[in-house]
Amino acid sequence: MLSTRDLVLSALFAALVAGLGMAPPIPLGFLPVPITAQSLGVMLAGALLGAKRGGLALLLFVLLVAAGLPLLAGGRGGVGVLMGPSGGFVLAFPVGAFVTGLLAERFATGANPIRLFAVCAIGGILAVYAGGIPWLSVVAGMPLEKAALAVMAFIPGDFIKAGIAAFAAAAVRRAGVLPTAHA
Amino acid sequence: MLGLYLHRDSAVHRLGAGVKMGGLLAATLVVLALPGALGALAAGLLGLGLLVAAKLPVGRVLRELRAPVVMLTLLFGCQALLAGTGWAETLAAVTRFAALILLATLMTLTTKVADMVDLFERLFSALRPLGVNPAKMALMLALTIRFIPLLAEQVREVRMAQQARGVERNIAALFVPLLVKILRLADDLTAALDARGYDPTDDGRHT
Repeated sequence: MLSTRDLVLSALFAALVAGLGMAPPIPLGFLPVPITAQSLGVMLAGALLGAKRGGLALLLFVLLVAAGLPLLAGGRGGVGVLMGPSGGFVLAFPVGAFVTGLLAERFATGANPIRLFAVCAIGGILAVYAGGIPWLSVVAGMPLEKAALAVMAFIPGDFIKAGIAAFAAAAVRRAGVLPTAHA
Repeated sequence: MLGLYLHRDSAVHRLGAGVKMGGLLAATLVVLALPGALGALAAGLLGLGLLVAAKLPVGRVLRELRAPVVMLTLLFGCQALLAGTGWAETLAAVTRFAALILLATLMTLTTKVADMVDLFERLFSALRPLGVNPAKMALMLALTIRFIPLLAEQVREVRMAQQARGVERNIAALFVPLLVKILRLADDLTAALDARGYDPTDDGRHT
């Protein structure tokens, strides 16, 4: 049963993920790949909203991308992008947020950034890549291990994002503005 | 909120979103069932035919396709160099997907976002037995579309704050005020919806 607040929170975080995609990528200097902040939104939605509302937020985001809104980083959108080589990563966003939320509800209910980091890394990186790599392997006609190798360049950036998400989520929890799941 | 839709007066544009989505699904299944090269040829010819019928500018369509095609070509190039053998099958598989991406892109360019959202709402109604509440999903989609410009502006402000400070050591600290603001905003919006008599227990059957 979704309360009015649940609906509003999921919609706001779906819009946040879209807003993160419109920001120019953050260059980090020491990394070859600039960070696009979109998967940061996956981790934040899961860690702050929990499994149900976080997963729903990213589901709304993916639906609007499929509907043809240019919400992915670089102004891309449409079913074609979802069917493309990197489509599996986007399709796995809702699962990533759900897994992050599920783990956060079990193991990281406090403001401990280390626990939150682990939760964000498993949900926001492991779960998302578990969807993205097999998809890439099918679309590009390449063996699974080569597809995995091809996306390794993005892993360091994603760990930095998990760190940012963990520290931000911990600070928000300390601020005490977080709504409970059954408000 | 503008989508990727590109208006032209054509039969393809006038087709219903459901017909196009169903057609894309059927075409994908057929093409994937065919052997690689044949599938690529079938999807490619269908795509070219629709491209002409939809009267879309070829340059614009190709621009949409550039990113996935460049990526697929690079991946294929690496594989052909490293593996050497089996490149013909890989080429057929890659071309097949490129042609399918063309079909999907054509659907997006010829279908309005509002029509796609309507289609999703009809699909949610069909999922009602599974516990999906179509009225709530529709409201959330509408709210999200409404919030996107607002949140894009908020994220832009965070980025500007970051640039003003030079290379910020603690990017996380910059996101905290934004997140707190979003969570407070949620309280206000919830109160506003409740004040206007929104009833979350209404399943949208009797409107």
